Amino acid sequence: MSKTEEPAEDAEPEATEPVGAVDYDALEALLGDAVVRRESHLNAEAFVVRADRVQDALSTLKVEAGFDHLSNVSAQEYHDRFESIYHLKKYDDPTQEVSVVVPTPRDDPVSQSAEPVFRTADWHEREAYDLVGIDYDEHPDLRRILLPETWQGHPLGRDYNQDKPQIVEFEENVNPLADDHRESDTMLVNIGPHHPATHGVLHLETVLDGETVLDVEPDIGYLHRCEEQMAQSGTYRHQIMPYPDRWDYGSAGILNEWAYARVAEDLNDIEVPEYAQVVRTMSAELCRIAAHLLALGTFCLDIYGDFTAIFMYAMRDREVVQNILEELTGQRMMFNYLRLGGVVWDLPESREEFFEMVREFLAELPSRVDEYHDLITENELFQLRTVGTGVLDAETAKQYGVTGPVARASGIDYDLRRDDPYGYYEHLDWDVITDDGGDNYSRLLVRMREVEQSARIIQQCVDLLEEWPEDEREIQANVPRTLNPEPDAEVYRAVEGAKGELGIYIRSDGTDKPARFKIRSPCFSNLQALPEMARGEYVPDLVATLGSLDIILGEVDR
Amino acid sequence: MSSDHPRDDIIDTTAPQTKTREDRMSEVDSRFNSTLREAFGSTPFVLTKFDAFMDWVRGSSMFMLQFGIACCSIEMMHTYAVKHDLDRFGSGVPRASPRQADVMIVPGTIVSKFAPRMKRVYDQMPEPKFVVNMGSCSTSGGPFQQGYNVVKGAEEVIPVDIHIPGCPPRPEALVYGIAKLQERVKNGETSPVTVKPYELEQFGDLEKDELVEKLADDIDEETLVMRYNWADSP
Repeated sequence: MSKTEEPAEDAEPEATEPVGAVDYDALEALLGDAVVRRESHLNAEAFVVRADRVQDALSTLKVEAGFDHLSNVSAQEYHDRFESIYHLKKYDDPTQEVSVVVPTPRDDPVSQSAEPVFRTADWHEREAYDLVGIDYDEHPDLRRILLPETWQGHPLGRDYNQDKPQIVEFEENVNPLADDHRESDTMLVNIGPHHPATHGVLHLETVLDGETVLDVEPDIGYLHRCEEQMAQSGTYRHQIMPYPDRWDYGSAGILNEWAYARVAEDLNDIEVPEYAQVVRTMSAELCRIAAHLLALGTFCLDIYGDFTAIFMYAMRDREVVQNILEELTGQRMMFNYLRLGGVVWDLPESREEFFEMVREFLAELPSRVDEYHDLITENELFQLRTVGTGVLDAETAKQYGVTGPVARASGIDYDLRRDDPYGYYEHLDWDVITDDGGDNYSRLLVRMREVEQSARIIQQCVDLLEEWPEDEREIQANVPRTLNPEPDAEVYRAVEGAKGELGIYIRSDGTDKPARFKIRSPCFSNLQALPEMARGEYVPDLVATLGSLDIILGEVDR
Repeated sequence: MSSDHPRDDIIDTTAPQTKTREDRMSEVDSRFNSTLREAFGSTPFVLTKFDAFMDWVRGSSMFMLQFGIACCSIEMMHTYAVKHDLDRFGSGVPRASPRQADVMIVPGTIVSKFAPRMKRVYDQMPEPKFVVNMGSCSTSGGPFQQGYNVVKGAEEVIPVDIHIPGCPPRPEALVYGIAKLQERVKNGETSPVTVKPYELEQFGDLEKDELVEKLADDIDEETLVMRYNWADSP
């Protein structure tokens, strides 16, 4: 069965059902006896699959039904069982989703690994093992990923006692020259966790042969600050919203808030007023500009090596954006501006001055972008450093679940703002930027062009907001003070964050707090592809590649 | 114009310049009269204690550790960059190596895996060294205080001189905190030394309790470890 046939077979594509245009009966027949039963999640149907048939089921869905994007793996513990959920999508059409649920008994939580089918499952399953405690059979390297090796217990499991003491090792780095290296020329170099090129607290274990990188292994978890636990102990209505600001803290706050707003609004059937959607769209795109400028500035910091003009210019322009956002939200970085059902308050008074401020920024932006192009992309030295280094081809990128500007720079035409529309994007005129280079240069170029597109979106939003009728400026829907979604409702929703597909899986248990809150972080998947891009390159290119991935450790580790 | 007789050329006389001295020594302004003043004439000079001089020097030229942990580090970058420009206050040179740094700004949440590394970075800084806590996380754990993995403030691990509240603090707040630190350093004030709850110690030196017994096979006696007693944390 080819993947293009499927939507055509479906009889009722525009039904009121939350399910998209996927023919789940055909899929069930395709999977055959691996399926135990079917479940309905709010975003898609889910097939419950036997724990020893995971690879069969996933590879059938991937090869024969075209679900080539393993978006997320959520793991959780029920009172009687463990469950891993594989959320699958298509890169061509992310509204076509299907989930594979794998239950395992509590006394023997062994499930077959999905790693041979989707490379990205490697880290996702390690995280599930680390935090929830599910064992994945046939996994190539199942050990803790976010917590230290010596950690006791699995903190998101049901019977974890948080007050128990823990011991964390601090092993001295072994001097690679201590051994005799005349037989083998390789050398281990630790980059980080305190290192200016790692953009935070990342540790890269790098194996070098001379100056060539033979292998690199990212060691993460130095900023694992329990975001999922925090969200699970907060109420839907108000207590969760401040946390998303702190996932991708490169000023992308409102984009992250939108991820939570979208999933919680779907879960609770909240309709957002159109005016609020336009305000959201405008503020989110301002955040995207700020985040991309930070990426640009720090990337050039990596390439040129010091706090020189480009970094300073990027910071200067970010200051302007941050001033606008502060005017709107009251904070420079941790906006906490969205609410379920809308935004917290209307545009600031006087509105005219605010629009003037935004317009002024938009008017100056093209000359700024030209300046950046003069300084960066047209600079021969910069081109020598970045063109053709850190290449990631589209196939590998898909294997690793890479999304966002990194995927678009590898020629994958995938942008949730267009492909899985939310907010006001579908009514606006803008383009998805792609580039076929797949190298460090393309990734920077895509980000710079996206800044221009974001400016286009903001321009249109400002025009709309200015003309909006005075009595229809509804900023929030009527949302109850306490939200108690139906018990056992499960939903996975994603938005296009600054770094890519930022998704959230929520399972409700009838109370006002989520029973499971899983964050699908784009940086986590993107960083996983680093070894593929860096192998065989020189050390400086490894640093450049890491910079062009634009990871934010707060989002990688959560 | 010949440079052999510059003064001659400029003011037409070779007589010594004593006018200022005479003014100072006269009745009008005799506050600073002393034999030293008489000896030095109009040459400016300052009398001070060497310690006070060193404190002033330290406070006026502080090298920061380029040390980003979490959200606050973005605001810290803005403080270093244009507009806020911390360098105006003589304290804005970020150094990537701890061995060249005087001040460590701790900009973010400290988690269990990172605390030993931060301690080591702090240990590598030369004396005298100062620590500024930036934001709620490094002060107390902040919004993540209830997390299973979060150390309740950098002060559990290293001594801290200045705490700056905020989530994150604005660049102005950071500038103010740094200015306060400079003031303290210039005045020669020091923070009291206290014993930290979390220290790096050899695994063999730990008290042999249930957890240590359990890990005995995995960890060498000599390996440095940090033991977290979450129940005792504030």
